Amino acid sequence: MENALFYIAGGLMMGLGALGAAVGIGILGGRFLEGAARQPELIPMLRTQFFIVMGLVDAVPMIAVGIAMYVMFAVAA
Amino acid sequence: MASENLTSSEYIKHHLTNLTYGKFPEGHEHAGHWGFAHSGQDAADMGFWAINVDSMLFSVGLGVLFLWLFRKAARTATADVPGGWQNFVEWIVEFIDDNVRGSFSGKNPLVAPLALTLFIWIFLMNLMDLIPVDHIPWLAGLLGVGHLKIVPSTDPNITFGLALPVFLLVLFYSVKMKGLGGFFGELAFHPFPKWMAPVNLVLEGVTLLARPISHSLRLFGNMYAGEMIFILIAMMYSGGIAIAAFGGLLQLGWAIFHILIITLQAFIFMVLTIVYLDMACATDH
Repeated sequence: MENALFYIAGGLMMGLGALGAAVGIGILGGRFLEGAARQPELIPMLRTQFFIVMGLVDAVPMIAVGIAMYVMFAVAA
Repeated sequence: MASENLTSSEYIKHHLTNLTYGKFPEGHEHAGHWGFAHSGQDAADMGFWAINVDSMLFSVGLGVLFLWLFRKAARTATADVPGGWQNFVEWIVEFIDDNVRGSFSGKNPLVAPLALTLFIWIFLMNLMDLIPVDHIPWLAGLLGVGHLKIVPSTDPNITFGLALPVFLLVLFYSVKMKGLGGFFGELAFHPFPKWMAPVNLVLEGVTLLARPISHSLRLFGNMYAGEMIFILIAMMYSGGIAIAAFGGLLQLGWAIFHILIITLQAFIFMVLTIVYLDMACATDH
């Protein structure tokens, strides 16, 4: 029964991490499209910056996914 | 699968254990001797003066490979029609050069070579992630080596080892460009007015110290999570033909997505290095 808490912890880690990243990347992508629509000549520069910031935003939830997988499959199993 | 009689958690832990060389602690059967750890617990007991041989071997090896490949391109460079490899190297060097010019405002001969080295080296280390997780540890197992982790950037020691010199360079250039007083002033008088210097110092100090930590943990976390997912997918191969086929498909999909991640993380590490050094060298505050 105490193993159930590991799975809940893993689920929370993945879920909350995904929540934050989804909001962040949603705003980021929206602004990128807005900027690209206003000034299409800036698209190459904007795309580079978009990927940089996406990597920054993406890092924390990816780390959470890795740790959650470790908790669920290696610690709890 | 490495072996059929492992449970899934043993399999994962086996794959995430480094080959560690160090001195066995008191109370161990080999107490006082130097040797390779037999398990993750052994490695943890060895304490500070233990070394992860596999991380060192693969990271230094890849560094040498990078130097050799790029030196070859530089030595055989011609003004005639360039070969494919020379084209590729020129393209990378130009790409890095553009980035450094774009984000680094001062003049410094160190930054662009540093950025090139970090980018290619980290990219090569991350690339090891795309080699199927079982192959090389299995070969090493035949040679009698129990644990082997072939992706150096899934070892926090390596990523901290990359981020700490960058942090030291940031400190060095901060003091060199602004003087000790200027650097201290930037830390103490910045967000709030001067009479709140202690608060400023705490805020800015935390910001400063958080940088190398987030810098290295970002790379480590991404690679560790990627490796973890590869290992989990590899476990599906032992679950009957339908699940194994599905696992193969997943493996392919994740590997293709991972090509984006490994390049992006190497690129981000490089860009952050340039930006931190630019902030350290900027004198107009």
